[in-house]
Amino acid sequence: MTQPVSPPLDSSTDKVPPARPPAWRGLLIRADVRTLSLLGVLAVLIVIGGITKPDEFLDTRNLQLVLTQASVIGVVTVGMTFVIVSGGIDLSVGAIVALASVWATTVATQEYGFAGILFTAVVVGVGCGLVNGVLIAYGAMVPFIATLAMLASARGLSLQITDGRTQIVTVPSVLDLGERDAYVLGIPPLVMVFAVVTVIGWLVLNRTTFGRRTVAVGGNPEAARLAGIDVRRQRLYLYLLSGLCCGIAAFLLIVLAGSGQNTNGNLYELDAIAAAIIGGTLLTGGRGTITGSVLGVLIFTTITNIFALNNLQSDVQQIAKGAIIVAAVLVQRRTASTT
Amino acid sequence: MPEITSRRGLLFGAAAVSAGALITGCTSNEPSESKDAPAGNDQPAADDKPGKQVTIGFAGPQADHGWLNAINDNAKSRAEKYSDVTLEITEGSNDTAQQIGQIETLINKKVDVLVVLPADGKALTQVGLKAMRAGIPVVNLDRVFNTPQAYRCWIGGDNYGMGLNAGHYIGEKLKGKSGARVIELAGLDNLELTKQRTQGFDDALKNYPNIKKVARQAAEFTVESGQAKMAQLLQAQSKFDALWNHDDDQGVGALRAIEQAGRDDFLMVGGAGALSAFQAIKQDDGVLKATVLYPPTMAASAIDLARALGQSKGIGGLAEFEIPSSLTLYSAVVDKTNIDQYMSTGFK
Repeated sequence: MTQPVSPPLDSSTDKVPPARPPAWRGLLIRADVRTLSLLGVLAVLIVIGGITKPDEFLDTRNLQLVLTQASVIGVVTVGMTFVIVSGGIDLSVGAIVALASVWATTVATQEYGFAGILFTAVVVGVGCGLVNGVLIAYGAMVPFIATLAMLASARGLSLQITDGRTQIVTVPSVLDLGERDAYVLGIPPLVMVFAVVTVIGWLVLNRTTFGRRTVAVGGNPEAARLAGIDVRRQRLYLYLLSGLCCGIAAFLLIVLAGSGQNTNGNLYELDAIAAAIIGGTLLTGGRGTITGSVLGVLIFTTITNIFALNNLQSDVQQIAKGAIIVAAVLVQRRTASTT
Repeated sequence: MPEITSRRGLLFGAAAVSAGALITGCTSNEPSESKDAPAGNDQPAADDKPGKQVTIGFAGPQADHGWLNAINDNAKSRAEKYSDVTLEITEGSNDTAQQIGQIETLINKKVDVLVVLPADGKALTQVGLKAMRAGIPVVNLDRVFNTPQAYRCWIGGDNYGMGLNAGHYIGEKLKGKSGARVIELAGLDNLELTKQRTQGFDDALKNYPNIKKVARQAAEFTVESGQAKMAQLLQAQSKFDALWNHDDDQGVGALRAIEQAGRDDFLMVGGAGALSAFQAIKQDDGVLKATVLYPPTMAASAIDLARALGQSKGIGGLAEFEIPSSLTLYSAVVDKTNIDQYMSTGFK
């Protein structure tokens, strides 16, 4: 990304401390400890699953299932991680997924086939992200409020579009993508999309100017501005990115569920935020990793899977989920303070 | 200062506008074939001859689910059928406080009869009482008020009966099969009706000692949750003989998961009576063999009752002088043998 760097506004710029490589390195090491602790949690879960239900849990089909179920929310979480790292929040992700999925599955859109559905889902996602971004970056609205407003209106609009009906997809090429026949080397296409989004997300956050700017804006927006970063434009792009991820996720959900419904993406915002935080992303911004967030998603999906395999009821599942969030954050605080 | 740069901005703006135009073109939800007339019209009413003018206030739910949407449609289309009925309809709401406000507005408008499907029966009891005290008889639809004082007549579905009939249907199908395994995909677990459906199902299965319920997972009445929970259930249970799914909307997702897992080694019974479920039963090329009704036509019946109340009439041939104080609909099992009879009541 080449962006014009605006000239320093005043001479005080040189007082801003330059980026410190040692801090970077320290951050990297700490991130590794965090990643390792998350991998440890995942390993413990896998052992629990393997002990309680060896035949069903340690099975290729189950691995495919867990990864497939992680895909939709996983793609949303990658976008959410960028937003949170920049010090923002996007409460509208679930509603955007719903709106994109119902808009992409209207009768009219389905007449354009695969391309029409994919295009509409992505454009609606990006469009909603654009509105969020403009309101936050140029309308100076607090992200919490702007995206809350988007949550309400996108949900309302999707209810209006569907009229409460379930819009069943009849386009074979879309449905086939979710079938076993479409697996390549045993990997479901949805999981491939999730993997690609994760890798791109990781590269962008860790290896590009865009990523460094995101971290800088989240760490200290004023310093970032003085360092020549166009903070507002950066914020606009970040919410666009989150919207884009929601659009992609909506398409994956259409493939998975074979339909569009206004209840789609219910509570995704909370799941994505929880996964990012478990993954070590600071809610105040300035720090976070894609690896951590994706591990957070996988931990949640694995827990759900183990619960279902052992036929635990939903009340127990919810209590355990809450307890695990608390435990994971406490463990992280411990590991963060000891390194 | 960041200026929205000229050329890039222009290009982007143009792209956004054209994309917007394309999307707008994609908004239509009108199916190519003409819309089917809502189901309520097909059933005979007690007395079709025009009588005294009646204004019925209808406070319904927010139609965020196929069945609830069908409720509103049924009420509206039945009211339109009568020249002597005026329907005052409020915007559907799942919010208790908002619905109380809406009902109070209808009371102030002095409608003749109220039909209420409360978002929460318990929470709306007080406003039901208020209407009754104001001399406006209330027809309580489906979700029941706390006290019979709050309504003149209750009409609704039989959740316990749904479970019972689903259980008996499955029981008869698996008769003679020793060690039969059955699983249940329930609806939202925090709703009372889900517990009743499960209770009925369990009670029915007690009649068949050869059958064991091996798993139960709760979904959330949505396609997405139906797909996710069913995929897990299929992984957890490598072999079972029958599945009861509480709701046809989440059943769309459940069927999708079954298809994706490539499973066809069991029979499935649905619940509610969605058109898509009826069509699948009629085609008979999948696991779905039957569905247990929870008919949204009860909303049309509620309008009939409200009209009869407003005109101080009974129901000809059944209850001649006064309408009954409660009516529980029957949760019929619809399978291949009687599907044609019910096809027109299927909701989208």
